[in-house]
Amino acid sequence: MRLLFNLVRRNLKMYFKDKGLFFSSLLTPMLLLVLYATFLAKIYRDSFSSAMPEGMTIPEALISGTVVSQLVASLLAVSCVTVSFCANLLMIQDKALGSIRDFTVSPVRRSTLAAGYYIASACSTLIVTFSALAVCFVYLATQGWYLSVTDVLLVILDVFMLTLFGTALSSCVNFFLSTNGQASAVGTIVSAGYGFISGAYMPIASFGDGLQKTLMFLPGTYGTNLLKNHLMRGAFAEMKSIGFPPEVIEGIRDSVDCNLYFFDKSVPTWVMAVVLAGSVLFFTGLFILFHVLTRKKQARG
Amino acid sequence: MNIIEIKRLSKSYGTVKAVQDLSFVVKKGELFAFLGVNGAGKSTTISMICGQLKKDSGTITVCGKDVEKNFDEISRKIGVVFQNSVLDAKLSVKDNLRSRAALYGIYGKDFDVRLKELAQLLDFSDILNRPLNKLSGGQKRRIDIARALVHNPEILILDEPTTGLDPQTRRLLWSVVDGLRKEKGLTVFLTTHYMEEAADSDYIIILDKGKIVAEGTPLELKNQYAGDYVTIYGRTEEEIKAFELPYQTIRDAIRVKVDNTSQVTGLITAHPELFTDYEVTKGKIDDVFLEVTGKKPGEGAE
Repeated sequence: MRLLFNLVRRNLKMYFKDKGLFFSSLLTPMLLLVLYATFLAKIYRDSFSSAMPEGMTIPEALISGTVVSQLVASLLAVSCVTVSFCANLLMIQDKALGSIRDFTVSPVRRSTLAAGYYIASACSTLIVTFSALAVCFVYLATQGWYLSVTDVLLVILDVFMLTLFGTALSSCVNFFLSTNGQASAVGTIVSAGYGFISGAYMPIASFGDGLQKTLMFLPGTYGTNLLKNHLMRGAFAEMKSIGFPPEVIEGIRDSVDCNLYFFDKSVPTWVMAVVLAGSVLFFTGLFILFHVLTRKKQARG
Repeated sequence: MNIIEIKRLSKSYGTVKAVQDLSFVVKKGELFAFLGVNGAGKSTTISMICGQLKKDSGTITVCGKDVEKNFDEISRKIGVVFQNSVLDAKLSVKDNLRSRAALYGIYGKDFDVRLKELAQLLDFSDILNRPLNKLSGGQKRRIDIARALVHNPEILILDEPTTGLDPQTRRLLWSVVDGLRKEKGLTVFLTTHYMEEAADSDYIIILDKGKIVAEGTPLELKNQYAGDYVTIYGRTEEEIKAFELPYQTIRDAIRVKVDNTSQVTGLITAHPELFTDYEVTKGKIDDVFLEVTGKKPGEGAE
């Protein structure tokens, strides 16, 4: 355990010594928020208002709160994964610079080495994603706050789980990379594609049937929708209290993916949480297994 | 006692045979020089000894145990100074050594004690808090050596440790290594392009294209491959031509290559008038290397 602590400390120090890496990780979600607020918030708000049944008056704060909740959920869902790919570069850097040899000539277990990378990467990503979450909460408070304490706690838990998921996924992918150029290419692909395949940039409900069914097999989808459910629950409760018909609320929930359907069967929130937690365990285990198998492969003569 | 035993070791990368049927032993406490041009198979062999690379065939035994089956135990007995520094450039000397000491279970006060010992031994007490990327090449090399020694290994593998170092750091490095050999019986496995360093070793192996092409003590190798030289002062080239031996004119003398010292005795007896001022010198390891590989140290493999 003491060795693991030392490895994590070394990895974290390496991360924070690289000021460029830290600030670029921190900047990514902030930049996304600014871009969302500047370019998309109005479009989303107008689209939401125009979709309301005629004659129905909706408070401005509720429209803003609903739209911003959806945007913030998407932003956080994307950031937790893309930032982890950004922060999880030390393993590749150690390979590129040869530092990994200094560890592998020692008696340290490969699983400990893997855990050291994983925990350090998770910690550094959590610092960034929780900072982003704090900014998002402030933004949400200015636009329309409908969250209860439980909602806030659940959102914090969602961000924590999604960050672990992002770290585990990026660890598995980055394990096979050995140059900074490869890492950069993968980071670009993930940044460009993850938002779409997880239902963050566009609701899955707006995709074709086949694509919808396919995306339901990807665990990231469940993470995004957990965040949407927890961040938008208060807004939907407010809609209900001011007399929105239940079918209208359900329609909105369907359109923004708060209701997920796995082959036409509704997926409850707790199942989403189980899928996400299971994915974290699966990818973390896989990453440790990769390290252990590498050692065994080397050892076989 | 043999501390390292290599038997019929082979390793190929695709069609390239990096190491071919290599067999040798390293005795405890000796300075063992492993020479060869770039690409001769030295680093591949070292990687296999350190358990970093799987072999195709053969056996590697360190301290009487198979490397592959007892890696954890053996890795505690080996310290490696890599060709290029693999420490963390952005971290301080202390942080670097702390993270590496932890790999061997050295923490807290034990680490502080060991750090103090190493800092005194290698003279880096004044730069403990400086990041590695702010150090000179010589200072960095001292920290590399401190890292390799942090867990008190029985075997120190030095992979071209002095390449690019200033003479002062090179002297310090060798005085530390010699001291540890005398005091603690440290075994040193050295690869180098500096033949004068190899000349001080106890045993030398010269590799070429993954095979051993010569081995023995420096004296044996010099006697077998390098011959001797007799340098004669104050004589003309015409006079020396009478020996009918290869020679080389230098600034104020002529250097004649002979097979061995007894041949010089014969020359002195036959031409006593020419030998008023002369000296006999043994051939150098450079000459041995050139003779057996046809290349100069530091050249690449063809």
